[in-house]
Amino acid sequence: MTANAKITADLFITCVVDQLYPDVGVSVVRVLRRLGVTVGFPTDQTCCGQPVYNTGYSQQARTLAKRVLEQFKDSEYVVVPSGSCAATIRVFYLEIFDDDTELLAEAKALAAKTYEFSEFLVNVLKVDDAADCGAGHEGTVTYHPSCHLLRELGVKSEPQKLLQSVPGLEQKELEGAEICCGFGGTFSVKFPHISEGMVTDKVANIQASGADTLVSCDMSCLMNIGGALNRQESAIKVRHLAQILDPESE
Amino acid sequence: MPEIKTQDFTAASTAAILDPKLRRALDRVAEGFHVARLDRIEEVTQDVWDGWKDQAREIKVHTIENLDYYLELLDKNVTAAGGQLHFAKDADEANEIVAHIVRTRNIKIVTKSKSMVSEELGLNPVLEALGVEVWETDLGEYIIQLAEETPSHLVAPALHKSKEDVAALFTEKLGIPYDEDIYHMAATARTILRDKFMEADLGISGANFVVAETGTLVIITNEGNGRLCTSAPRVHIGITGMEKVIPSMQDLSAFLRLLPRSATGQRITSYVSMTTGPRRSDDEDGPEEFHLILVDNGRSKMLADPALREALYCIRCGACLNICPVYSRIGGHAYGWVYPGPIGAVVSPMLVGLPKAKELPQASSLCGACREVCPVNIDIPKMLLDLRKKTAESPDSSLRSAPEIERVLARLYAKLMSSPKLLKMGVKFGRFAQKLERMTPVFSPLTTDGKWIRNAHIPILSRWTKSRDLPTLPKQTFHELWEKELSPDDS
Repeated sequence: MTANAKITADLFITCVVDQLYPDVGVSVVRVLRRLGVTVGFPTDQTCCGQPVYNTGYSQQARTLAKRVLEQFKDSEYVVVPSGSCAATIRVFYLEIFDDDTELLAEAKALAAKTYEFSEFLVNVLKVDDAADCGAGHEGTVTYHPSCHLLRELGVKSEPQKLLQSVPGLEQKELEGAEICCGFGGTFSVKFPHISEGMVTDKVANIQASGADTLVSCDMSCLMNIGGALNRQESAIKVRHLAQILDPESE
Repeated sequence: MPEIKTQDFTAASTAAILDPKLRRALDRVAEGFHVARLDRIEEVTQDVWDGWKDQAREIKVHTIENLDYYLELLDKNVTAAGGQLHFAKDADEANEIVAHIVRTRNIKIVTKSKSMVSEELGLNPVLEALGVEVWETDLGEYIIQLAEETPSHLVAPALHKSKEDVAALFTEKLGIPYDEDIYHMAATARTILRDKFMEADLGISGANFVVAETGTLVIITNEGNGRLCTSAPRVHIGITGMEKVIPSMQDLSAFLRLLPRSATGQRITSYVSMTTGPRRSDDEDGPEEFHLILVDNGRSKMLADPALREALYCIRCGACLNICPVYSRIGGHAYGWVYPGPIGAVVSPMLVGLPKAKELPQASSLCGACREVCPVNIDIPKMLLDLRKKTAESPDSSLRSAPEIERVLARLYAKLMSSPKLLKMGVKFGRFAQKLERMTPVFSPLTTDGKWIRNAHIPILSRWTKSRDLPTLPKQTFHELWEKELSPDDS
């Protein structure tokens, strides 16, 4: 797509994708390139600081947030394949730096050009047909809207819109879709019994949906749900939206 | 104040989550209140609903910012209507005001309509110690009182009890034959309470709102018990938190639209009762005395803290409890004090003291559902985060919520993530730990099947793998893949 040829997007790939799900990152790169975007990857990047911020360690979060401000200072667009890491940059950085005029201005500038993957595709690249990325998926899919994507960023229709246009893909409704999967970062190990209760219900609803694949825009939620599905010997696969859109993904 | 058990949250929530009966009861609420609430929003449309919410919040912001002014205005107008306003700085002071009235007016029998603030004060035991008969007249509260328990929900106090539980309780406490027909049980309570309404010397009510411009106390109920409590006995005492004041009758209409719809999904409750002062000389009935006790009991601490002030906007509708995935699994009692659920996890620490309740703000996945349903747009997740900040790094060790190791790990994490080089080494170490299993299975920190960690024998990870698998580290990180095959320099 030549229409996007002039667009350069730098990836903030997230530590979860970097360390645990590099294939998701590869699919993100492939999809963006198929859409004509010039993809960059500042290699000094690590983590946005969300795990420490959500646990109450603002100083540590600030240290990591400053690195992100620095690394993406000159980016045209920043694309993040995670609703909650994108929310950290867009929403929580403004809280982290609300006592520092200079850094707050930088944080606002970064927030203004940072997009979660699905909203970048739909709202910036104006993709209205997933076939534009060459996507095709034979099978049934159900979608879990992750909480921060939905409620911090207000991204609701974009991933659905992309999924609906994937040739061959049949979408199944997910009961209680907007209920949290129970991950919540350190919450999942601080209160494992409550987290387990929540993911158990999520898994039951996914199984009842009849879908063979669960799709979401956050690998941390999918790590939680996928881990529970695997423990229950379920054959249901978990995939990031980028993997569904990427025809080369297995 | 009633016994504080917020310190036992982990143990209490662990027990609660295993109780299938509790879960069924909690699910019924989700079905009932939550679905009805959504229906009400749908019929007025989301846009209109959002407009109502914004308007109500604006009123709350304005009132709380000018609380001293409106409290004075309220005082003036309560007095002008022939009533008396008392201000209590804490539970002891509030209880003593009631006790004084009980002693000096020779009170023998008290009927109470639902009041969470009276629960907060631990008022009933104080009255009983004075030799007074105390009757809770809200059906749910009556059940709870018979069972000698505390409310588990802001608007449905006996929510954790099934009809079978209540039938057994009535048989045990009232000596009547076992009958689980809800109408029969309600009729039994009604018959008993009807006599008490007529005999009572003192009626105690809470207040959903108090209107400054008229000195009016407003309660909304579905059972009519509230109106009997406030009109039949010769003395009426209303007790509520000082944040419940609103400027005007016009403002009241904004809240009357929101509260029933948010709480139970009703367009309006069966009764909206407004009480302004005692009976006038030409009134046929009504109390001879009207007292309004406004309670601080920790609320000025919230007022003084800009990060937590908006907790004072709460109208106690309970919508955040009904939607909360944590509350809906553990119920109200696990929270260990009067106010449960997401808003309780903010309010309780402020009222009982953060050192005792520092665990509550941690017990949330910060999913944001509570903020979404709140009729006055209270940003509960933000306040939970603020309390986490206050407890994570406090120089005062009684405030710190986590064991020392968590602070060490947080610092280590920031160090590791501040240095791509260190992180690379960390990943290599992780891959080595995974390989250890093949070499020395007995001493391995992990049990894997190649693709998944099935069992981690490391403190924090083991909490995860107790019920879930964890993916193993892949052969290459995204960083490594980028450098090898993805970077435009290579293509």
